[in-house]
Amino acid sequence: MTVVFYLSAVVAILSTLLVITSVNAVHALLYLIVSLFSVALIFFVLGAIFAAALEIIIYAGAIMVLFIFVIMMLNLGVRTREQERQWLNPRMWLGPAILVLVLLGELVYVLAFAGGPAIVAVEVTPKQVGLALFGPYVLGVELASMLLLAGLVGAWHLGRREQPSVSGRKEVQ
Amino acid sequence: MAAVPVEHGLILAGILFSLGLVGVLVRRNVIFLLMSVEIMLNAAALAFVVAGTARAQADGQVMFVFILTMAAAEVAVGLALVLQLYHRFGTLDVDAADKMRG
Repeated sequence: MTVVFYLSAVVAILSTLLVITSVNAVHALLYLIVSLFSVALIFFVLGAIFAAALEIIIYAGAIMVLFIFVIMMLNLGVRTREQERQWLNPRMWLGPAILVLVLLGELVYVLAFAGGPAIVAVEVTPKQVGLALFGPYVLGVELASMLLLAGLVGAWHLGRREQPSVSGRKEVQ
Repeated sequence: MAAVPVEHGLILAGILFSLGLVGVLVRRNVIFLLMSVEIMLNAAALAFVVAGTARAQADGQVMFVFILTMAAAEVAVGLALVLQLYHRFGTLDVDAADKMRG
């Protein structure tokens, strides 16, 4: 089981690296799905089976399908790929990458000496998660429903095509 | 059974978060920016689940559900903004939208 954890961790890091360096949006999306699958496998190995199922169904399923729909609607061609390749020269990414690498080094240094209990994969069942979700965290569920409603209204408002006859102020007669 | 040190899970979350941060800083295409934000949110969720399972508590997965909800709302609004950007400027370059107009 430990081997599965480290193997899927390596897969997750490599595929995420390919996401941020890819020039084609669809290829990046496929690598992102691979990364999400490997994170789901890590959840499963750690015993968080409900989180693993949600990761696959909602993240890799629903959210990535949204991305695919938008990429299909935009109909990006060869021109965009050339533009991306032009933007991805080392002069642009070297600075931020080095700075973030320094921050990551500090984070790893701090975490490596933190100490803590080893994870002995105890299965946290969906029933326990549900009891916690609708018990002490029920206020959070309400807030999440409001957030989803706000997201729905915002996406509807932003996503509609502006009609030229309606836009612009109407004359008062 | 698996006995992974909890630091290794947290370090993995840190590496994934840093990769997402590099993506946000480096890319100029809005779709790639949104994907990098997704990577960062996913890394944060991973840290929550790792910390929750280390203590065999359900709270980590509850937070994961909340993060998932937020990611879904964020992607819906973000992709609607991407469509608007593309219709108005004909490009996905975020630098095209550097002027605020009422």
